[in-house]
Amino acid sequence: MLSKTLHFLGGDAQADRVVPPTGFTARLTVFAAAAMAFLTVFALALSLATGRLADRWGAELGKSSTIRVSAPEEQLDAQVLAVMEVLVTTPGVKDARPLSDEEQAALLEPWFGPDLPFDTLPIPRLIEVIEDAEGYDADGLRARLAGEAPGAVLDDHARWREPLVNAARRLRALGLLSILLIAATTGVMITLAASAALNANAQVIRVLRLVGARDAYIARAFVRRYTLRALAGAGVGTLLGMGAVAALPAADAAGGFLTGLGFRGLHWLWPLTIPPLAAVVAFAATRNAAITTLKERS
Amino acid sequence: MIELDDVSYGYGSGTLLTGLSLTLAPGSFHFLTGPSGAGKTTLMKLCYGELIATHGAVRLFGQDAGAMTRDDVAMIRRRVGVVHQDCQFLDHMSLAENVALPLTVSGRAVDTGELSELLKWVGLDAQAGAHPPELSGGERQRAALARAVIMSPEVILADEPTGNVDWEMSLRLLTLLVELNRMGKTVLIATHDMHLIRSAKAQVQARVLRISNQRLHSAGADL
Ligand SMILES: Nc1ncnc2c1ncn2[C@@H]1O[C@H](COP(=O)(O)OP(=O)(O)O)[C@@H](O)[C@H]1O
Ligand SMILES: [Mg+2]
Repeated sequence: MLSKTLHFLGGDAQADRVVPPTGFTARLTVFAAAAMAFLTVFALALSLATGRLADRWGAELGKSSTIRVSAPEEQLDAQVLAVMEVLVTTPGVKDARPLSDEEQAALLEPWFGPDLPFDTLPIPRLIEVIEDAEGYDADGLRARLAGEAPGAVLDDHARWREPLVNAARRLRALGLLSILLIAATTGVMITLAASAALNANAQVIRVLRLVGARDAYIARAFVRRYTLRALAGAGVGTLLGMGAVAALPAADAAGGFLTGLGFRGLHWLWPLTIPPLAAVVAFAATRNAAITTLKERS
Repeated sequence: MIELDDVSYGYGSGTLLTGLSLTLAPGSFHFLTGPSGAGKTTLMKLCYGELIATHGAVRLFGQDAGAMTRDDVAMIRRRVGVVHQDCQFLDHMSLAENVALPLTVSGRAVDTGELSELLKWVGLDAQAGAHPPELSGGERQRAALARAVIMSPEVILADEPTGNVDWEMSLRLLTLLVELNRMGKTVLIATHDMHLIRSAKAQVQARVLRISNQRLHSAGADL
């Protein structure tokens, strides 16, 4: 396969010469391939960055949650104990711990100031739950809590975390969709360029047929050209795109959502797959155009 | 080599040729004559698979022309050297490259020694590097002949090879075709030039066929 590919790309210079050079469509094809590769680099950077974001948010925020127990003063300790018992036997819970009065006071201080009369107020008790890698089943835990400790409410952050993670995942999907659309557009543009070239060379095709050229030979002369042009154009576009991503302002300084837009470590290898893929798209598009045109012209 | 059996052909709805039977035996030499528009070029195209008979059977080297794929036709073109009436070339390539084109497209190596010998044979060695648009009518005809024979085909079909050249050049081209026939090639020449046919008869045993009223007649006796 590889040697066949290399043979095809190395090609037969003489065979290539049978089709006259077409300066204009050649330059257009190279430019289109370069522009598309440039865009693909950004779509790829976006997908990878949002993918990382989704993973990180999902992982970090998912690790801890809180159970709030509010009950009449005399039942409070009993219910906290009941919740702790439930948690001990809940799969996926690594650790659970009631916050001390001091910790709760520290949490509430920013809202109510330092002089809160803790002992006299019916303040709910908070239990911090740390889950393990698998995580627990929140709905199952809620059901059990409702039975054992009616005053307990599980706040698993999911309500406000989920939309963020979903947005990040959606953004990644959109990035991937963009890449597919760019690939399809590249295919369409190369098909149009190749069809135009085939039609402009009707006379050449006629002569080649008269001297005994097979369709496969004629098609190859066109296919090889467009494949090499797409490869070269996409190579330039990819390098420019990677340069542009590398030149983005430092991630930490930008902060917020932009944190980490770009490639990290081995992810820098991903854009390097763009030129070969562009060549594959060009190969398929030109071959298809050539075979269709040659069939019509028989 | 090439056999036509009760063949008819018409472009569109009309009929141009009908009831044609012809066998080109190995080593034979034929002239095909008839008024302009009689269908000489059409008959030639039937003989190399460019057109498919609307009725009757055409066999090329034993293969039924009607059942051939495009690849089969390409293979036939490598065994039949054709000098076309309108001599088309690839204008972006040199004369020498054009003459060698049948070898190139069939993936064979071009022997530069043989190529220059062939060009010398048709008197074009000085023009080897020229491009087709720079050539005169006679030079194009000779280049077309060289291109037709470079694959050493068994059959050579020449459609009005002397169509736009002077008498001297006509005789020269005729001599080249007769030489090829002496080497064992089957030759069919379409022409309406009776002088040419008469001069050929002095050199070679040739049959003359004539198309008239859509049919093919043997015209050997009346010349
Ligand atoms: N591709 C074509 N489509 C329709 N009619 C054609 C075509 N080629 C030739 N003809 C017609 O067929 C007739 C015979 O043409 P042709 O075989 O070239 O004659 P010749 O070579 O004897 O002069 C002519 O009337 C010509 O107009
Ligand atoms: Mg004619």
